[in-house]
Amino acid sequence: MNDQTQQLEAITQKEYKAGFYTDIESDSLPPGLNEDVVRQISKIKGEPEFMLEWRLKAYRHWLTMDTPEWAHVHYPEIDYQAVSYYSAPKKKTDGPKSLDEVDPELLRTYEKLGVPLDERARLAGVAVDAVFDSVSVSNTFKDKLAEQGILFMPISEAIHEHPELIKKYLGSVVPQKDNYYAALNSAVFTDGSFVYIPKGVRCPMELSTYFRINAANTGQFERTLIIADDDSYVSYLEGCTAPMRDENQLHAAVVELVAMDRAEIKYSTVQNWYPGDENGKGGIYNFVTKRAACRGVSSKVSWTQVETGSAITWKYPSVVLQGDNSIGEFYSVAVTNNMQQADTGTKMIHLGKNTSSTIISKGISAGRSSNAYRGLVRIGPNAENARNYTECDSLLMGDKCAAHTFPYIEVKNPTAQVEHEASTSKISEDQLFYCKQRGLDVEDAVSMIVNGFCKQVIRELPMEFAVEAQNLLGLSLEGSVG
Amino acid sequence: MKMLEIKNLHAKIDGKEILRGINLTVNAGEVHAIMGPNGAGKSTLSNVLTGREGYEITQGEVIYKGENLLELEPEERARRGVFLAFQYPVEIPGVSNIYLLKAALNAVRKHQGLEELDAIDFLTLVRSKMQLVKMDEQFLHRSVNEGFSGGEKKRNEILQMALLEPELAILDETDSGLDIDALRTVSEGVNALRNSDRSIVMITHYQRLLDYIVPDYVHVLSEGRIVKSGDKELAKELEKSGYSWVHDAPEPEGQPA
Repeated sequence: MNDQTQQLEAITQKEYKAGFYTDIESDSLPPGLNEDVVRQISKIKGEPEFMLEWRLKAYRHWLTMDTPEWAHVHYPEIDYQAVSYYSAPKKKTDGPKSLDEVDPELLRTYEKLGVPLDERARLAGVAVDAVFDSVSVSNTFKDKLAEQGILFMPISEAIHEHPELIKKYLGSVVPQKDNYYAALNSAVFTDGSFVYIPKGVRCPMELSTYFRINAANTGQFERTLIIADDDSYVSYLEGCTAPMRDENQLHAAVVELVAMDRAEIKYSTVQNWYPGDENGKGGIYNFVTKRAACRGVSSKVSWTQVETGSAITWKYPSVVLQGDNSIGEFYSVAVTNNMQQADTGTKMIHLGKNTSSTIISKGISAGRSSNAYRGLVRIGPNAENARNYTECDSLLMGDKCAAHTFPYIEVKNPTAQVEHEASTSKISEDQLFYCKQRGLDVEDAVSMIVNGFCKQVIRELPMEFAVEAQNLLGLSLEGSVG
Repeated sequence: MKMLEIKNLHAKIDGKEILRGINLTVNAGEVHAIMGPNGAGKSTLSNVLTGREGYEITQGEVIYKGENLLELEPEERARRGVFLAFQYPVEIPGVSNIYLLKAALNAVRKHQGLEELDAIDFLTLVRSKMQLVKMDEQFLHRSVNEGFSGGEKKRNEILQMALLEPELAILDETDSGLDIDALRTVSEGVNALRNSDRSIVMITHYQRLLDYIVPDYVHVLSEGRIVKSGDKELAKELEKSGYSWVHDAPEPEGQPA
């Protein structure tokens, strides 16, 4: 091993910054999954009957399904009976009325994470619906948003307060039976965010949720549903962090987005779940189903994701382009280091006329990790003049990691235009030496080169997120370069 | 004042000895040209002086401003004022030229105990330097060297030199790949940077660069040794008779003052 490699490996072995654990008593269900557990979750949440039926339908179907094995990831079989499906911080009488009533220990957790939950939030213009394990503890700005008719609340509340919207939209993009993890999530999801933007309203601030898995051995199954009605706009930020633990934790979320006529949804994720240690011990299994429906004409959905964490990522934020002239975008940076595995990408399903989609995927692999892009572009028979542009670039750091690209293209309309470009490169000795000869240290040089590589994606992020993402890249990307 | 002293420098790459006892002294304010045929060790010399990996120094020493240069990391050498204008400037996609320039300048300033320049002061400074090499401002916002022509890349190197104000600048085949206009622009840029505190070592295969940047001394490098030293007239001799005659020439006894 040469000096440079050693130096780089030292940089790589940085401690996971968000690896602390909050000591709060929690109400948890004992591990295990059966119909009673599903009923109990529904009961704890005080859900109406239709919701319980919905969950049970999902659960019964889940029992008939098999774990998907097509992804390019390897892990020991998950024992779903060893997982606890509900964990909530212990309630004080009626639950917090304001931040003063929120457990200070909990607030400190958010503070360490840098979540702007209090006054800082107002200054930053961020409304946070914070999900701590499975229950939303605080929901800021709700009133201010309500003035414009915007609904932003925990989905468990929406089930009570807006059952008509839940009945209409929940599962309308990702049906209960969609896939193994989506079915599991539909059966046992405990909380998540709900957003409804009324017709003609432009949401005045970035909406943000921070997810955090805290208790050991709890799966976190959030469910997010965002509906943008005609001529509306919303930008939604999702940030994730999990504490450090030896065992693997399961995270199987479902996110559904619905964009009506001329509506636009921008959904940005910075995912920094605990990736496990350098030998692959611990870390989050991140098996997530994210899908958007561009249901209306000229609607638009953009997914932007920076994925640096998790032991395993299995995630394909997709767009179904139903409305004519609708637009789907996917911008992704996926970083794997040490023993991390990622199989991520997108699906763009073109159904309407003149629909267009753009896919920009940047995969960075370091250490002994494996990073796969998997994408599907499907042009339906009625999708006249559909267009897609796909660019997949992989950057390898060192010689023990792997990058894979699995693009699938299905075209059933002859007027379609589909372009695919792919590249694989390495951070070269020449680039590093050039930067060092200009006085930069290795750490800054690597960070700069990698940020340059990801620029097309980073610039799609809202400003405050972009800075966080760049820092994260700096922390997790500096890997062994050979 | 002695800027650089190379004493009996031997270096290997992949077990093969490329530098076989180089001796050279460069004083502050002097411009030295090192000429030689392909394979003489010219690029190895510039790589060893700037600390590129992969070379094994088997003998000798290099003293830069009284310090053992070979003990320093490449970035430490750079921050102390050793600059290499690359023969093949490297492309860095997605990183804007201005970003690299600013990071480089601030790295040097930090080493010198100076404050980092803010965006406005930096822009003012870099604009004034760009005039030296007649570069358009759009180059600041393009990715480092990406899609630059050969001439643009070399001008970009001289821009960096102008900005970083090194004490020892090594120009590695700065004339290669340049048409006559670009060569003139680049040379004018370098000449404007000549002063009594700055030393320049020009590595070149051809004499024509020396018509534009006139050196104080010319050395002929052959098979890893300096086999002949003289003034600018030596370059002209070389141009006439080629390199073949120097091969058998004995190593000169002394060094130019």
